[in-house]
Amino acid sequence: MIKLMNLKKKFGDTWITRGVDLDIPDNKMTVIIGRSGEGKSVLLKQIIGLLKPTEGQVIIDGVDITNLSEQEMNLQFKKFGYVFQFAALLDSLNVFENIAITLLEEQKMSPADALPIVKEKLALVNLKEDTLYKYPSELSGGMRKRVGLARTMVTEPKILLYDEPTTGLDPVTSRVIHELMFDMQQKFKMTSVVVSHDVEIFKFADYVALLHEGRILYFGDCKTVWESDNPYIYQFIRGLTEGPIQMEPPHDFGQVQQQE
Amino acid sequence: MILQFINYVGHTTLQLCQALGSFVLFFYKALLTLVTTKLKLSKTLAQMEHIGIESLAIVILTGTFSGMVLALQSYIGFQRVGGEQFIGSVVALGIIRELGPVLTGLMVAGRASSAIAAELGTMRITEQIDALRTLRIDTFQYLVVPRIVAGTIILPFLTLFAMICGVVGGYMICVYVLGLSPEDYISNIRIYVELSDITGGLIKATFFGLILSWVGTYKGFFTEGGARGVGMATTQSVVTSSICIITSNYFITKLLEKM
Repeated sequence: MIKLMNLKKKFGDTWITRGVDLDIPDNKMTVIIGRSGEGKSVLLKQIIGLLKPTEGQVIIDGVDITNLSEQEMNLQFKKFGYVFQFAALLDSLNVFENIAITLLEEQKMSPADALPIVKEKLALVNLKEDTLYKYPSELSGGMRKRVGLARTMVTEPKILLYDEPTTGLDPVTSRVIHELMFDMQQKFKMTSVVVSHDVEIFKFADYVALLHEGRILYFGDCKTVWESDNPYIYQFIRGLTEGPIQMEPPHDFGQVQQQE
Repeated sequence: MILQFINYVGHTTLQLCQALGSFVLFFYKALLTLVTTKLKLSKTLAQMEHIGIESLAIVILTGTFSGMVLALQSYIGFQRVGGEQFIGSVVALGIIRELGPVLTGLMVAGRASSAIAAELGTMRITEQIDALRTLRIDTFQYLVVPRIVAGTIILPFLTLFAMICGVVGGYMICVYVLGLSPEDYISNIRIYVELSDITGGLIKATFFGLILSWVGTYKGFFTEGGARGVGMATTQSVVTSSICIITSNYFITKLLEKM
């Protein structure tokens, strides 16, 4: 369903991805791991079409989405759900309006008709109805991520992309989010791609890919990843300082983003 | 040395052309969205309140004091040649044709254009604009067009308030401070101020409203570089829209003169 072919992305003079080749299995959860600043989020944004790759192809259901027009891309977006790193909830809207935004604005549904659907999605992410009319500033980090997830589930996507879903959360909340992601995966059988640093997610995901220096250096089953003798994945998941992965990331990603 | 200079000039010119092109294309896309999609009326009205109603106090204050100081300065000049009876028309023409639209434009640029840039800039760096895109919401229809339409519509109304307050401010100074007769002030305005002066001022205001909302949305929409980027976008929106208002004022005046 998702095929990345020789995907390269350059910001200014710096190459972020240098030829990513990856076939993401259908209806499974695949985790992309790698050091901070490796360009995992950039890769995810290229998969959904928010960033255009400098070279290479992103094939979704047999269609190369890298050169689609805005209208054609809008059709592709129907397949996708994207859970942002910090949820990206609209500050000026309450939880109900955030979750219902596609129903109200794109499908022209009335708020009364949208309410049962929003309540259903809210229950799906284990949030109580009393959060419906709260604003994002009144929610905790974990609650925001769950609202973000509920918002993407409204469109019932076939492909769900998570950008570091547990960053900044405590271990207990991280576990809750992982379990929620797992439940959703079991229930809806979507193709999920998760960018994460958190090795705990291996308990819930199906496959793992390691992005290092702009290329995928390992791809394998989450169940057997701890037994792998690939030196890169061995070092990374154990957090070892000795090994082929250098201490310093290849580029300062903060500066790179500003160059863009 | 010479090559370096040529390289610098060429690079700067290219950057300037690129920025200008992107600025014009942004407006073209907004215009296309306005024509091809339905206007989000509730969002436009909310922006009109945000840009207009919330700017009313500073516009009234600016208009009133500008009228007052214009009356005071005119008096000093006219007293020397014995033409005090003309103060009313001078204050009214000055406020209606020039000071009203320009000062309102500058004040609203400082208050609303910066607020638009800061709001959209924050939405950009916190990925809210990307989120809208992934949710298949047309970001131009949802965010850009309501702000540009609201700014363009509301500025003539604010200017009208500034004009009225300026003329009243001038009246207060002439009658209660300088001791001139109210009839002289009002009759002079009636004789010398024409409807075309008022419509000309309002046409200018419409254009200034378009400029400040266009600049604010453009700077905010393309913000990058975190909190510092938002700060820069905010400052740039005020500086750019103020410069555009002041320079375009001359050309619109010239154009209106010929019509």
